[in-house]
Amino acid sequence: MTLSLYVPVASPVHRTPAGLKLGLLAALAVALFLVDGLAVVGGTLAAVLLLGLGAARLPWRSVLAQVRPVWPWLVLLFAFHLVVTDWHTGTVVVLRLLALVAAAAVVTATTRVTELVAVVEWLARPLTVFGVRPARIGLVIAMTLRFVPLVAERAQRIRDAQAARGAERFRFRSLVPLLVQVLRLADTLGEALDARGADAPVPVRRGRAGASTS
Amino acid sequence: MKSRDLAYIALFAAIIAALGLIPPVPVPGIPVPITAQTLGVMLAGSVLGARRGALAVLTFLAVVATGVPLLSGGRGGLAVFAGPSAGYLYGWTLAAFVIGVLTQLTWRRFNLAWAMVANLVGGVGVIYALGIPFTSVYGDVSLSAAATGALSFIPGDVVKAGIASVVAVGVHKAYPVIELPRRRPAAG
Repeated sequence: MTLSLYVPVASPVHRTPAGLKLGLLAALAVALFLVDGLAVVGGTLAAVLLLGLGAARLPWRSVLAQVRPVWPWLVLLFAFHLVVTDWHTGTVVVLRLLALVAAAAVVTATTRVTELVAVVEWLARPLTVFGVRPARIGLVIAMTLRFVPLVAERAQRIRDAQAARGAERFRFRSLVPLLVQVLRLADTLGEALDARGADAPVPVRRGRAGASTS
Repeated sequence: MKSRDLAYIALFAAIIAALGLIPPVPVPGIPVPITAQTLGVMLAGSVLGARRGALAVLTFLAVVATGVPLLSGGRGGLAVFAGPSAGYLYGWTLAAFVIGVLTQLTWRRFNLAWAMVANLVGGVGVIYALGIPFTSVYGDVSLSAAATGALSFIPGDVVKAGIASVVAVGVHKAYPVIELPRRRPAAG
């Protein structure tokens, strides 16, 4: 199981800072809904594909794989518009969504997970006012990625134990022992974090040693 | 927030992810197979409570957004947040929060009935209340058309709310995680 959609290629698109790419993506999402012209929307889609497949040299499979889950929706939407409005509106709606989804796929495929986590931490900086500590967001994301295979493995163990006792299939009631097990694990992890100083108070930025705060 | 809370949040984000790995369960009589992922959202709210539950869902969505394909069916990346069904994903966070609030309100007399109320209101009501208008605006379709499209998923979600409630009551008995502010000890 590959745990990332990132496609490593040396390209100018890959080298563009992650924050800039995300900003442009957000701007595109807003701008695309302000225009209705078929040429503009279609042109945007072509430009996005040119950028992803041409400039970033992504294999078309990697873009297609991310766009594929949206297909049933697009077909439904187009069919709906054929019946209720007209094919022109339907085409614009579908192309607009395709352009946006493709653009998001290009950003995802050209940006490393660590870079995006760094952007998330940066975006969370204003939240320090409310007591949020951006560095902890990275920590929680790292713990999540570690917990996924662990939870899957514990679930398998419980399933095996039930099979050994003659249960034919997975019963949702066995989620209770599973949850209790992993909650205990999380408790242990929390204690381990505390032992390593994760619960230390927020470091206050001060001047050089000896300088007073006032 | 204590380190243990951070670990709980990461744990439930991982549980939502792990439930996405379970192959969809076909249910007789319902055309759409059940994917277990929203079950994880309901469990996050009803086991962890409002704040930690919502943060667990938010963490899961952040991990998906950074390009880890943990959404059921191996989906991930920013593209899923741009699709017409993205409103349901955004609804998950609020759903976990509402389920958590209702669970905490009824915590002292928590039982299967209260768990059902919390999971139906938060896990089904809130999610559709956000998802349907989102699809409607995004795809330029009428509200009623978007609602009709969503109808076939509701029975599956009600089943999931039932499962989440049974499991939530079981976990509360065995290993309660929600802590309420202490009541002042009664005199005598």
